[in-house]
Amino acid sequence: MMEWITQPWPWYVAGPLIGLTVPALLILGNKTFGISSSLRHVCAACVPAGIPFFTYNWKKEIWNLLFVVGILIGGFIATSYLANPNEIIIAESTIADLTALGVTDYGNLLPADIFSWENLFTAKGLLFFVVGGFLVGFGTRYAGGCTSGHAIMGISSLQWQSVVATMFFMIGGFLMTHVLLEPLMKLVGF
Amino acid sequence: MKVAEKIQVQDPHCEAPNLRRDHDKGLELLKYLILGILFGIVFVKAEVISWFRIQEMFRLQSFHMYGVIGSAVITGIISIQVIKRFGIKTIHGEAINIPKKEFRKGQVIGGFIFGLGWALTGACPGPLFAQIGSGYSVILVTLVSALAGTWVYGRFSDKFPN
Repeated sequence: MMEWITQPWPWYVAGPLIGLTVPALLILGNKTFGISSSLRHVCAACVPAGIPFFTYNWKKEIWNLLFVVGILIGGFIATSYLANPNEIIIAESTIADLTALGVTDYGNLLPADIFSWENLFTAKGLLFFVVGGFLVGFGTRYAGGCTSGHAIMGISSLQWQSVVATMFFMIGGFLMTHVLLEPLMKLVGF
Repeated sequence: MKVAEKIQVQDPHCEAPNLRRDHDKGLELLKYLILGILFGIVFVKAEVISWFRIQEMFRLQSFHMYGVIGSAVITGIISIQVIKRFGIKTIHGEAINIPKKEFRKGQVIGGFIFGLGWALTGACPGPLFAQIGSGYSVILVTLVSALAGTWVYGRFSDKFPN
C-alpha cells in the first residue's frame, strides 16, 4: 500500500481526483473552483490602495485562502512523508531538448539550474521568477481565471468562454516553449 | 439570490464568487483547508507541479498532463451533470449555483499572457503553492511576482481592452 502511494500517481488516478474538487466545493459550500482568485484576495487584504478592483469584502473569501494554504501544507506532507524515493522519469526527447538549452539537473521535480536561491539576483532569476511570476499573476487575473477556474471549472460547467481562455493558455505556452524560450535562455546566460 | 445579484453588480470580473448566503465561520472553514491539503498531495504525487511535466506537455512529448487535465474535466462535467439532473443541494440545503461567465477580450489576451508565464515558471497558481510547500522556497519569489502582476492588472484594469 505504502509502496503504491510513494510511486508517482498515474494521470487516470490524479485527474479524476482533481476533477472531484469541483463537486466537492459546490456541495460543501456553493463554492466555485478557482485558485488564481486567491492572489486577488491577498492583494485586496494587504494592498487595496483604494483600487476598485480590490475593494470588496475579501473576508468572505477566506475559504479560498484556506484552500491554497491547504495546497501548500499538502505539498509539504506529500514531499516529506509520501515522496517518491526514485528520480523523476522524464521523456527522453524532453531531456534531449532541455539539455540543448543548457539544463543539466534532472533529479527532482524542478531543475536546480533554474530554480535555486543562487539565481535570485541574476538574469536567470529575473526571467524565471520575476518575469515568469508576473506574467502568471497578470495574465490569470486579466483572463479571469487560470487552469482551475477556466480549464477545469469553466469547461466542466460547459462554458465556451473558458474553452477560448484555455486555448489561449496553450497558444501562449506553445509560443514560449518553441519560439521564445531558446533565445531568452541564451540571453540570461544558459 | 439577492446576494448573488449584488455580487454580480459589484464585481463582474470575479470568476470565483462566493454564492453562499451565510458565511462559513470558524471551524466550518476547516473543510476548505482539508480539501486543499488533499488537493496539494495529489498535485505533488502526480508530479503536476514539476517544471519538466509542463515542458513535456508543451513539447507534446508526454501524454501525462493531457491525461490529468482531460480526465479532471471529464470528471467535472459528469459531476455537474449529476448535480443538475438530481437537483443535489449543498450540505446546508442550498440550491447549487454556478455563475455564468461573460466573454471578455481578457480571456484571449490575458490567457495568452498567462500561457507565456506558465511555460516559463512551469506552474499555474495552484502548483506555485504546492512547490513552496514541497521545499522549493525560492518559488516564494515567483509567488510575490504573481501577486505583483495581479495587483498591476487590478490597478490599471480600466486601461486594458476588456
